[in-house]
Amino acid sequence: MSNVTSLSMPAQELSRPYSPSRDIRQRLWRSPSARLGGFLVFFVVLISIVVPIFDNYNAPTDRNLRARYQAPDCVIGWLNGDYTETPVLCDYPFGADKNGRSIMRRVGHGMSVSLVAGLFSVTISVVLGTVIGLTAGYLSGLTDSVIMRLMDIILAFPSLLLAISLVTVLGPGLQNGMIAVSITQIPVYARLSRSMAVTIRNTEYVIAAQSLGASDSGIIARHIFPNSLAPLIVQATLGLGTAVIETAALGFLGLGQQPPYPELGKMLADSQESLISGKWWVMLFPGVTIILIVLGFNLLGDGLRDALDPRLKGNQ
Amino acid sequence: MGKFILRRLLETIPVIFGVSVIVFGLIRFIPGDPAVTILGERATAESIAALRERLGLERPLVEQYVIWVGNMVRGDLGRTIRGNLVLSNEIASRFPATIELSLVSLFLATILGVPIGILSAVKRNSWFDTSSMFLALLGVSIPIFVLGLLLIFFFGVYLGWLPFVGRIASSVALERTTGLFLIDSVISGNFVAFQNVLSHLVLPSITLMTIPLAIIARITRSSMLEVLNQDYIRTARSKGLAERFVINKHALRNALLPIITVIGLQLGTLLSGAVLTETIYSWPGIGKWLYDAILGRDYPIIQTVTLMIACIYVFANLSVDLLYSIIDPRVRNNS
Repeated sequence: MSNVTSLSMPAQELSRPYSPSRDIRQRLWRSPSARLGGFLVFFVVLISIVVPIFDNYNAPTDRNLRARYQAPDCVIGWLNGDYTETPVLCDYPFGADKNGRSIMRRVGHGMSVSLVAGLFSVTISVVLGTVIGLTAGYLSGLTDSVIMRLMDIILAFPSLLLAISLVTVLGPGLQNGMIAVSITQIPVYARLSRSMAVTIRNTEYVIAAQSLGASDSGIIARHIFPNSLAPLIVQATLGLGTAVIETAALGFLGLGQQPPYPELGKMLADSQESLISGKWWVMLFPGVTIILIVLGFNLLGDGLRDALDPRLKGNQ
Repeated sequence: MGKFILRRLLETIPVIFGVSVIVFGLIRFIPGDPAVTILGERATAESIAALRERLGLERPLVEQYVIWVGNMVRGDLGRTIRGNLVLSNEIASRFPATIELSLVSLFLATILGVPIGILSAVKRNSWFDTSSMFLALLGVSIPIFVLGLLLIFFFGVYLGWLPFVGRIASSVALERTTGLFLIDSVISGNFVAFQNVLSHLVLPSITLMTIPLAIIARITRSSMLEVLNQDYIRTARSKGLAERFVINKHALRNALLPIITVIGLQLGTLLSGAVLTETIYSWPGIGKWLYDAILGRDYPIIQTVTLMIACIYVFANLSVDLLYSIIDPRVRNNS
C-alpha cells in the first residue's frame, strides 16, 4: 500500500528523506474526521480565548427583567427576509433566559469554562496516570500489583457515579468537579502507559541503557515515556471529550459551577422549567455547544489515532 | 478451567473491599463535621449529637467500618436521614423501574447495534458505513442530558406525541406484582396499561440507549473487519460458499466474543446514565432517588446506591470474563 502511494508521488517527494512528523501531518490532513475535528476544536479554542478577553462579563449583576425569555426573533426575522425588526432585539441573537440574560453571551463564557475544565482535568489525570502507569509497568513485581489493584478499585465505579460521590464529599463547585472528574480518569492513562512500559521494557535499547548504568527514572523519562507518547496523545484527546461531558453532567446535577456563573450543564438544567412552555432557545444553544465541543475532540482523537498509530485503525 | 474461575473470583475480593472502603469513607471524609453538613448550619446541638450517635461517628473508624459491613451482610442497610425510612424497602420499590429502563435500552441497543455494525463492516467504506459510523461518533458525543432535553422538546412538547414524565399516567390503574410495568400489564392482561407504559418508555429508553448503541455498533464493525481479513474467510469464499453463509456462520461466530464483552460492559454505562436519564424524565428509579438524595444531602442513600451500582458493575464484568473464558479457551490459557 505504502509502496504504491510513494511511487505515485512526484520525484521531488521521493528524493526527500522520510520524515515521521511529515508523514503524520499528511495522514492527519488526509483524514476527513481529523480535519473536521481540528476545525471544530480550533473554533472552540478561539471563542474560549476571545470571549473572556473582549467581554468583561459580571455574572452576579447580569439581569434585565424586560428581556425575560426574549426569543431569538431577530435571527428568525432575517431568515424570513424581514429586516424591519428593531435593532434592540439583536442584543439577544440566541434569545434570553428567565433573568433576561443574553444566552449567546453566557454560552460564550460557558464554552471557555467547559474547555478549561476539560483541559485541567485531563492534564491532571494524564500526568498522574502516566507517572503511575510507567512506574508500575517498568518496576513490575509487587509495586505493579499493588498499584494496578488500586486502579482496578477506581475502575470498579462507573466514572460519572464516582465523580458524583467524590463531589458530594468535597462539596459542590467547579474546582471540586474538575478534581473529581480527573480522579476517575487516572486509571485509564495508568493502564495505557503501563501496558506501553511493559512492552518497551524488554526492548533492546532499554536493555542497552540499563547495561550502560542508566537510572530507572532516567530510562522511564528518556526511553519509555517518549515511545509511549502516541497512544497517550490519542487517549487524552478523546478524554477531553469525556471530561467536558462529565463536568457538564456534574453542573447539570447542580454539583459543578454554582449560579449565577455561566456553565453549559447548569444552563441546560435551568432550561428545563421553560422547555415545557416551548422556550426552546434556552436549551438548544448550550446543548448544541456541548455537542460541538465533544464532537470536535472525538473526531480529532479518531483522526489522530489513525494517523499516529495505524495498527489501531478501525479498532473501537 | 476451575482454576481460572477461582482465581478470577479471588481477584474480585480486594476490589470489592476497596469499593466498600471508598463508599464507607463517603460520610466520614466530609470536611468538618459530617452531622453539621447533613443537617445544615441551623440544626440544634441536640439533633446534631443525635445524628452523630446514630451514624456511630463517635467510635473509632475501624470499628465503624466493621459494624457497617456487618450490618450490611445481615441485610440491614440502615435508614434514610430524611423520613427515617428503611433503605432496603426503598430500594426494593425503586429498583424495578431502573431495571426495566436499563434492560429495554440494552435490548434495543443490541438488536440495532449489532446489525448496523455487521452491515458497516461488510459494506466497508460505503455511504452506509460512513454515515452510520459518523452517527455512532455523534452518539457518543451527545451528552445524555442534551439528547434527553432535545427529545422532550421535539416529541413531547412540540409534536406532543409522547409523554415524558414518569412511568405511567396517574389515571391508568395497574396491579403491581413484579414492579416491571411491562410484565405486570401483560400478566394482568391490561392492554390500556401496557400501551401507556410502553409510550412512557420510548423517550427515556432512546435517551439511555444511544451511547451503548454507538459503542456496540463500532465494536461490532471493528471486530467483524478483523475477522473478515482472516485466511479462513478467504478459504470459505473461494470454495464457493454463499456470502450470507460466510458472514453468518464463519465471520460472525468468530467476531462475537468482543461484541458480547462490550454488551456486558454497557451495564455500568446504563446504570450511571440512569442517574441523568431518570432525573430528566422524573423516572422513579434509583437514579432519580440518588439525585434527590444529593440535593437533600441524604448520605446513607448516596452510599447505598453507589455501593449497589459499583457491585453490580464489578459482578457484570466478572460474569463477562467468565463467560468469555467458557466460550473461548484461549482466554483462560493465555492469562
